[in-house]
Amino acid sequence: MIHIDSFTGLYIFMLAGFAGWIIIGRVPAILHTPLMSGSNFVHGIVVIGGIIVLLDATTLTERIIGFIAVLLGAGNAAGGYAVTDRMLAMFQTSAHPAHAKRPAHKRAAPHKKV
Amino acid sequence: MIDQVSQLLVGAVDLVAAFLLLYGLHRMASPVTAPSGIFVAGIGMAVAILVTFLDIVGVSAAARPFLPVNIGLALIALVIGGGVSWWGGRKVAMTAMPQMVAIYNGMGGGAAGSIAAVELFARHTTGIVPLVVTLLGALIGAVSFAGSIIAWAKLQSILNKPLRLPFMRYINLFLFLLSLAAGVMIAVLSQSGAVSPDFIYGFFILAMLFGIMLTLPIGGADMPVVISIYNAFTGLAVGLEGFVLQNPALMIAGMVVGAAGLMLTILMARAMNRSIANVLFSNFGDAPTHAHGAIKGEMKPTAPADAGTFMRYAKSVIIVPGYGLAAAQGQQKLFEFVKLLQADGVSVKFAIHPVAGRMPGQMDVLLAEAGVPYDMIFQLDDINTEFAETDVSLVIGANDVVNPAARTDKSSPIFGMPILNADKAKQVYVIKRGQGKGYAGIQNALFYAENCNMVYGDAAAVLATMIEAVRGLGTKAAA
Repeated sequence: MIHIDSFTGLYIFMLAGFAGWIIIGRVPAILHTPLMSGSNFVHGIVVIGGIIVLLDATTLTERIIGFIAVLLGAGNAAGGYAVTDRMLAMFQTSAHPAHAKRPAHKRAAPHKKV
Repeated sequence: MIDQVSQLLVGAVDLVAAFLLLYGLHRMASPVTAPSGIFVAGIGMAVAILVTFLDIVGVSAAARPFLPVNIGLALIALVIGGGVSWWGGRKVAMTAMPQMVAIYNGMGGGAAGSIAAVELFARHTTGIVPLVVTLLGALIGAVSFAGSIIAWAKLQSILNKPLRLPFMRYINLFLFLLSLAAGVMIAVLSQSGAVSPDFIYGFFILAMLFGIMLTLPIGGADMPVVISIYNAFTGLAVGLEGFVLQNPALMIAGMVVGAAGLMLTILMARAMNRSIANVLFSNFGDAPTHAHGAIKGEMKPTAPADAGTFMRYAKSVIIVPGYGLAAAQGQQKLFEFVKLLQADGVSVKFAIHPVAGRMPGQMDVLLAEAGVPYDMIFQLDDINTEFAETDVSLVIGANDVVNPAARTDKSSPIFGMPILNADKAKQVYVIKRGQGKGYAGIQNALFYAENCNMVYGDAAAVLATMIEAVRGLGTKAAA
């Protein structure tokens, strides 16, 4: 079983915070929105915490709140992924026009009619 | 035996998941690798979720009889929560992206708060440090949850006017201290054993009320700062609850987002020449600011067709898009117009102000959706000197980010904010719905300038007329 005491926790927080700071610091302004929704997706990992507490729930209250935690966490993760993926698929250079460069693993995002 | 194996497996997969999330985020730092970045992060998340179900071998004896029910509930919650959000995220219009990000972010904060609530009710958490961390995460998560929902309602135009009560700042401070006090009470009472559930409910209600009241007075143009700060809050809350659950993947992912969100918030605030505290607490645009010194001249309206024709015969055009373009859904028409100009040999560039729109980088996404290649899009620092050598600057639905008062008028509330120097171009056209002032309620001297003409109307409609006018002229070769 992993055990993280207070100081180890602080070290993890410090290093992770530093990593986040460095990663974003290099991002061009053009990617700020996808990056924001991308990091929004990343904190969707909270769904795992929801599953952990829900599996361990013994009372009705715990079960209801745990259910809400998983529901919201899953919404965060799935929604964050969907919008980020859609946005990133739209970025292109004049050298590579159209959406031809989309990786094959993605189905075409529905495009809004004007 | 099976216990140890599953714990080892969960630990190893969580480690890989944390790496994939970080690596994915790292790949998102460049437009070329970004689409694969989100895919990498997605795989990390998916395996982490799957392997979490192996935790069933580690549940407490008390929870064992409920396991089938709990697993069923978890699966149902995953399918419903994930499914609805996925559907919403796929279907929503690109212009509605800020409110979608706000609502997903609120969900994350709510999830972190709910995890804390379960921990408090189940009294799994003992010891003062984990308890304080739980409560801190709960407070931040609940504020982010409630605040994000208000931000969503504002962006969705459900709440139209910023609500400002007298002494709002003191009410908010009072609410904050009250929720802090409730948290301290819970921490202290837990030491001696029993905490009434009412305390826990009260704590969460106070924290959410604080989040609501904090966000209600903030105006639409400050939304880029608000959304990124709540994004950072949710990350922080997730990281803290990760410590409580002794899950390093949650801690790392949460804290990375917390720091990244803070960085982005600072960038946004700096782009407005204001501090984060000023955005959150100053009720900007509250006092109606009257004309600071009389502005000379008058606004000169012009017909869309004339403006379009003028640009067709110009050598260079720089376009400054703002929220008005998004509101009018004019991005496709704009690019159509730009392609016509380019076909006639006009050099066209886009100039983006960091806080144009309702979330960081919204204009970039809007133009990308219309198909504008990103090498035509320039940020403030890279293009600002070029306006002076440009024939025409075309301002579409932007106002305060091109207000020269920010450069010259010390008494202006936006004085000192870096602006796009659209006024330096030889000719300026401003497409605008009406004669109203900008979000900050400030007169814009640009509109009265000698070299500026106003084109009134909905951006999409105006651009359609311009396209028609330019098409009517035929190509340059024929002319």
